[in-house]
Amino acid sequence: MFEYDPVIYSRILTGLTLGYHVIFATIGVGIPLLIALAEWIGIKRNDEHYRLLARRWARGFVITVAIGVVTGTAIGLQLSLLWPNFMQVAGHAISLPMFMETFAFFFEAIFLGIYLYTWDRFKNKMYHFYLLIPVVIGASMSGFFITTVNAFMNAPTGVEIQNGVVTNINPLAAMFNPATPTKVAHVLSSAYLTSAFVLAAIAAFALLKGKDHVYHKKALHLTMTVAAVFAVATALIGDFSGKYLAEYQPEKLAAAEWHFETSTEAPLILGGVLDEDQNIRYALEIPYALSILAHGSPSAEVIGLEEFPQDELPPLIVHYFFDAMVGIGMFLALVSVAYVFIQRTKRWNEHNRLLLWAIFIGGPLSIIAIEMGWFFAELGRQPWILVGYMTTAEGATTSAHVDLMLYLFIGLYLILTITCITVLRKLFSSNPVERELKDRGME
Amino acid sequence: MDYELIGITVLWTFLYGYLIVASIDFGAGFFSYYSSITGREHIINKVIARYLSPVWEVTNVFLVFFFIGIVGFFPSTAYYYGTALLIPGSIAIILLAIRGSYYAFHNYGEKGSLFYQFLYGATGLLIPASLSVVLTISEGGFIILEGDQVLLDYPALFSSFYSWTVVILAIVSVLYISACFLTFYAYKARDIDAFKVLRGYALFWSFPTILASILVFFALNQHNPVHFEKMVDLAWMFSLSFLFFLGAVYLIWKGKRLGLSFVFVMLQFATAFYGYGASHLPYLLYPHLTIYDGFTNEAMAIALIIAFIAGLFLLIPSLYLLMRLFLFDNKYVQGRK
Repeated sequence: MFEYDPVIYSRILTGLTLGYHVIFATIGVGIPLLIALAEWIGIKRNDEHYRLLARRWARGFVITVAIGVVTGTAIGLQLSLLWPNFMQVAGHAISLPMFMETFAFFFEAIFLGIYLYTWDRFKNKMYHFYLLIPVVIGASMSGFFITTVNAFMNAPTGVEIQNGVVTNINPLAAMFNPATPTKVAHVLSSAYLTSAFVLAAIAAFALLKGKDHVYHKKALHLTMTVAAVFAVATALIGDFSGKYLAEYQPEKLAAAEWHFETSTEAPLILGGVLDEDQNIRYALEIPYALSILAHGSPSAEVIGLEEFPQDELPPLIVHYFFDAMVGIGMFLALVSVAYVFIQRTKRWNEHNRLLLWAIFIGGPLSIIAIEMGWFFAELGRQPWILVGYMTTAEGATTSAHVDLMLYLFIGLYLILTITCITVLRKLFSSNPVERELKDRGME
Repeated sequence: MDYELIGITVLWTFLYGYLIVASIDFGAGFFSYYSSITGREHIINKVIARYLSPVWEVTNVFLVFFFIGIVGFFPSTAYYYGTALLIPGSIAIILLAIRGSYYAFHNYGEKGSLFYQFLYGATGLLIPASLSVVLTISEGGFIILEGDQVLLDYPALFSSFYSWTVVILAIVSVLYISACFLTFYAYKARDIDAFKVLRGYALFWSFPTILASILVFFALNQHNPVHFEKMVDLAWMFSLSFLFFLGAVYLIWKGKRLGLSFVFVMLQFATAFYGYGASHLPYLLYPHLTIYDGFTNEAMAIALIIAFIAGLFLLIPSLYLLMRLFLFDNKYVQGRK
């Protein structure tokens, strides 16, 4: 393909593993919350449909958890294998949250194991529900801790680095760096949003296929309500993230918006392409919007890319990722809020085909938005691995075989994907809802 | 006791925990597959699945704990081991990934897919072999330092008598530990047929296990005489280990007090494992890296130790609950729940 360079291959392999892992990690954080809600509603309202919902979601969830666990293990080890120089330096500062992430995951793993094998084992149904609380907490806490590590790489605080040696470390200050609040909030909120949409897409698909059992409608109602709440939350947090970037990582925001010259009353640029002379064509400009996004005032000054040395600029391609993420986020918010509105006011039919189709494609789109968001966040801090301290090239391995490993892992992820889809399809098509309802004597 | 020693003791304990739980897990996968192709699956598979299904995720965490912890306490290990172990490390990851996911696919998804079962059974034997490479190279002699390059000397590794004895020991001990545990579990489940089969496995694998242990001893003497000398100083631990081995095999032979027999198995490996670890100190990678080189800073060490203690307060009751529900609940074990 191109000349062998361990840095490039390490970046591709890390990107591949993380890009793959993040799908399963995101639904791993979000789905436990939805299972818990379904089971809780089921018990409170004595509605067996909701309990069955929880049961069937849990059954599919465990298949995806398996892939999340193994790819999470993979990235944990790959950090040391592909970025040994980075880990040698940063290990001094980030090991606390990484260690705690493992604890959170341990906690979750124990209770998930218990939960899955204790259906109908307790006389009091609430006991079984209580087992989910540590699962939900563990899942969200591991999301929290690992995101603080990523936040630290974007905004290293609580340390002093001199000549590649880390000194004067305050582990808590490193964890609670300026990037942590917005990053963690955005990651968790978008994980709940994505999981809700993925599960809603399944229900919408069933309804589109003409299955009109009330079970699917209840599933859609629960997931869309959750989605609407977190879509609005995610949009709000996204706005805070923009303000954070303007303050602490202006070059990332400027790259996302192709904002070359520092100016006041800066417009927001939607879409478009860059020609060879870096002129923007075919873009939609919204006047003042970037100044509002960055500082909350239309007349505020936004720092442009010209302020930074050429070799410290992020790639300008991140603009597309940013736009795709925001665009999909808006679409998801619109669809879920529309559903809730129609359902509440009862003016139209919330199960009309157009809305169902929008919900259905919202599932895969939400996953794409997660990928786009992470691509934007990660490529947007290039060329740094530790912003301001260490470049990505300095952190990488010098080993001669990263290309071979890349091909091996591509093969692995392909196989895992194919089997995962096959297994999930068989699992649910061999035991459709209608039959399970009958078998459990609920009809 | 200084932080370096506390750190390595904590990590060594997690590695020991992984050794035990993963061995049970890996061996069970193999026995499960083996019994399926020899037409005895109906006898022992139920016992295996009942134990493994709720705990497979937990097993994995012990390993993650170890490798996250070692980079935390000793960031320089990332540099040496990380650079040198790219290929064996990646292969281990791939094997772990296949095993973990196909275990779930087989048990929660398509029940009875022999191919999935083969994948998780076969990888279970290859993983200990691939992970044991780390222990082998920690003895020194397999790493070449060239400027800023850390290279693993593959010809030396593959032609070394010592490295092969470690691989053999890893595989046979997995089968031995696992068979001993499952014998105990089948006995508790009052599943006499499974008990008979598993007891046979346990006795069968005990002999190669002790033979391989002795072999490793002598191979190490050739490979790293300095370390061997220190192990001789701790000979009492290894003798104790041998006595526990005799006790465990005797009880399994007689078919009584099987809980105690598994405790003996755990002690047999604990004494040998800690004896090996203690005599290896202060080296993490002989002779390049000791626990005192590149140790994490004091603030982080204290934070890690506090996090570790706080974590234990959470984990121990949770693990206790897990065991109460699935290991020591006679009704569950016997399949009545």
